[in-house]
Amino acid sequence: MASITLKDVVKRYGSGRSANPVIHGVSADIKDGEFIVIVGPSGCGKSTLLRMVAGLEEISAGEISIGARVVNELEPAERDIAMVFQNYALYPHMNVFDNMAYGLKIAKLPKDEIRVRVDKAADILELSPFLQRKPRELSGGQRQRVAMGRAIVRQPQVFLFDEPLSNLDAKLRAQTRLEIQKLHRELGITSLFVTHDQVEAMTLAQRMMVMNAGVMEQFGTPEEVYHHPASTFVASFIGSPPMNLLYSAPHGRAGTILGVRPEHLQITPQPTDSGWTVQVEAVEMLGAERLLYTRLDGEQIIVRTEEEQGIVPAVGSTLHITPRPERLHWFDEATGKRL
Amino acid sequence: MVERSPYLTFLAHAVMVIGVIIVAFPLYLAFVASTHTAQEIVQAPMPLLPGSHLWETYRKALLGGGSGPGSTAPVAHMMWVSLVTALVITFGKIAISLLSAFAIVYFRFRFKSFFFWAIFVTLMLPVEVRIGPTYQVVSDLGMLNSYAGLTIPLIASATATFLFRQFFMTVPDELLEAARMDGAGPLRFFWDILLPLSKTSIAALFVIQFIYGWNQYLWPLLATTSEDMYPVVVGIKMMVAGGDAQNEWNVVMATALLAMLPPALVVMLMQKWFVKGLVDTEK
Amino acid sequence: MEKRVQFRSTWLPWLLLAPQVIVIGVFFFWPAAQALLQSFQVQDAFGISTEWVGLENFRRLFADASYLESFKTTALFSILVAVLGIGLSLLLAIFADRIIKAAMFYKTLLIVPYAVAPAVAGVLWIFMFSPSLGVVAYALGQLGINWNHLLDEGHAMTLIVMAAVWKQISYNFLFFLAGLQSIPKSLLEAAAIDGARPWRRFWTIQLPLLSPTTFFLLVINMVYAFFDTFAIVDATTHGGPGQATSILVYRVYYDGFKAMDLGGSAAQSVVLMTIVIALTVLQFRFIEKKVNY
Repeated sequence: MASITLKDVVKRYGSGRSANPVIHGVSADIKDGEFIVIVGPSGCGKSTLLRMVAGLEEISAGEISIGARVVNELEPAERDIAMVFQNYALYPHMNVFDNMAYGLKIAKLPKDEIRVRVDKAADILELSPFLQRKPRELSGGQRQRVAMGRAIVRQPQVFLFDEPLSNLDAKLRAQTRLEIQKLHRELGITSLFVTHDQVEAMTLAQRMMVMNAGVMEQFGTPEEVYHHPASTFVASFIGSPPMNLLYSAPHGRAGTILGVRPEHLQITPQPTDSGWTVQVEAVEMLGAERLLYTRLDGEQIIVRTEEEQGIVPAVGSTLHITPRPERLHWFDEATGKRL
Repeated sequence: MVERSPYLTFLAHAVMVIGVIIVAFPLYLAFVASTHTAQEIVQAPMPLLPGSHLWETYRKALLGGGSGPGSTAPVAHMMWVSLVTALVITFGKIAISLLSAFAIVYFRFRFKSFFFWAIFVTLMLPVEVRIGPTYQVVSDLGMLNSYAGLTIPLIASATATFLFRQFFMTVPDELLEAARMDGAGPLRFFWDILLPLSKTSIAALFVIQFIYGWNQYLWPLLATTSEDMYPVVVGIKMMVAGGDAQNEWNVVMATALLAMLPPALVVMLMQKWFVKGLVDTEK
Repeated sequence: MEKRVQFRSTWLPWLLLAPQVIVIGVFFFWPAAQALLQSFQVQDAFGISTEWVGLENFRRLFADASYLESFKTTALFSILVAVLGIGLSLLLAIFADRIIKAAMFYKTLLIVPYAVAPAVAGVLWIFMFSPSLGVVAYALGQLGINWNHLLDEGHAMTLIVMAAVWKQISYNFLFFLAGLQSIPKSLLEAAAIDGARPWRRFWTIQLPLLSPTTFFLLVINMVYAFFDTFAIVDATTHGGPGQATSILVYRVYYDGFKAMDLGGSAAQSVVLMTIVIALTVLQFRFIEKKVNY
């Protein structure tokens, strides 16, 4: 059983009066075999949370359990986990084979067993021709795969990924994303994946944890997070371009924020009761879609149109837009939470 | 470097050549002197081109038994003393410094700052400043005129520890984390990962410490009284005892060149690592 | 500065530290403490009884004209060695930087003095400058200069300065060259486009950017001049003629081992220690502020 349970996990730096809480009590139940993404902006605490699960950071309060065991006091090597680091953390003086075999050597596995496991992992990751090379002779993508290979051979209960794709170029990132998905389908090991990139989160996660300033704002499937964001933060963080958040009068309900996604705004030839009249400030042509940056009463509204619709307004012109009524989101202005 | 001025390039080469000449001149002269007989040298000015007595002079130097008023101990033996001393100091210092630097950088323990500063203080005070009492201690321990007495007090400064500390600080944290994940304990980490990564620093320190140990003068002067424990650097000074005309300058110069040879070889052979390590880490 | 992740063993760090701590305890702190203690004491001629005399040794030292003279001598010597050593090596480094390919070749040759022991350097130089048979002394004689460092104080000082500088050029040169080569070429190119000629570029860009190196070398050279030059002095002038080249570190040796004035020598050691510590503290303060990385 390799479920992960987080119970009121808190992280504080410093001690006593001057203690600085960085993670304010996170609780979550992760099921065996799930691929969970922890996503949030820089400094939100996602890496810290991951490192607490890994055993590289001390847990200030709360409990973390892997399977049935509470692991708070256990050393990383005792937790039956493996980690893939952002900067790969490959041992520069060892070749690929030795890098992957190192942990197994320490665990005193017999040589044949080590050979079998490393060869198998190398095969899955297409690293077999590179086994004798040193890390500096490999490309970024290959190094990343070696890092993953090192994790796979340990056959752990949990995989931990700390922003592994951040150092790759865009094309490689997309490719590696697919490889990670394939790996998860094949091996089915519970995984915690940290990233600041919401595209990675949306594409890889079975469920995702959206974090902000040490607080878990929402924990749900990509669909839930996208269509029912729990707060303005989640609403604006997930989705590109971000959801439009309107603070003022146009919607008429004081003390609330109205949210509507750019793709849920329709352009009408005539003004409507539930719609608005806006001024076009800029137009971005992206290929398959066009983004219209408009302004209403000092607030910016982004509208997304399909290229095929053929709507190309001039800068400075007026436009009538109407939101789809079932795609409106209301948030409390004071707390940012969904109403 | 930006403009392609042939004039400046010529000037640059000219300056460099002059520099090299000035630097090399004393050495050239020493070489020439070591190839003549003592009489030829004493008549000023001495000839500026090499003579024909090369082997004779060097044999005299190496095997001892010259006729000058100063020390006539065989240089070969003194070179041996120097070699052993330099190597013991080098290896000793590197070994204990690696351990100390590792402890300081990678562990959390009480009084760590105290020990760190205690070790750091020794950087600032070379042996010349504490010769009197150090001599006392060594004498009390019965270590005079021994290899131990020649070497151990010189292992006491922390230059190597500090250098290694600086280097260890630059090793990425993630390597340690990955190793911990892999189940490596501190000693395993030290042996399997930290040491191989430290090769450049160790090489640079080898050169620096070897030269430091080989070139020691004041301390061996005090710590040894018998000729057969003199390192060659002390021996050479002992040779220049009498007035100028009475010294066997050709033998002295031959000795000078012999004394320079091992350090120069070490520097030239390990030049690449040495320069890199020296400049990168000593800051 | 601490590493982010550290080991938590309780006994291992002590074991690792032990060799170094024991060695410096016995051979550094114990003697240093002794030196401090002895500086407050006076031993009789046979070394049998010792008497506590407080600051008497220090008072005697500072009342001794020749000791104060020694300060001046040391100061003069150090400044000359540091300035000349840094100046000349900087010059060489600038030109070497221009001809990068050949720099390797020149570098190899210029490194050699680093390998030469100060004592050996001293012997080489007195050989060249020996009033009776030295080649350079002879050449100077031809030019009308009667060189005799055994009699003339100025000559003696010049001799040890030259020998000391000769030895340090390599070390300084290496650092300066590395420093120059670490200045991004793009900065100099930008300056050239802005119309700055080589000399101006050196003055306004390279020199300021070299300030960490220069400062570091300044202190290293001063410490070198204070201590490592003992061998040069002992091999050449023995502090003479008279006391003309008796730098502080030489006096410590002489008074302690030739004149057998242990209290005085210990006091001098303490004074030297204080000076070095002060210099080092200055260095660290300074580095924090003035130097631009």
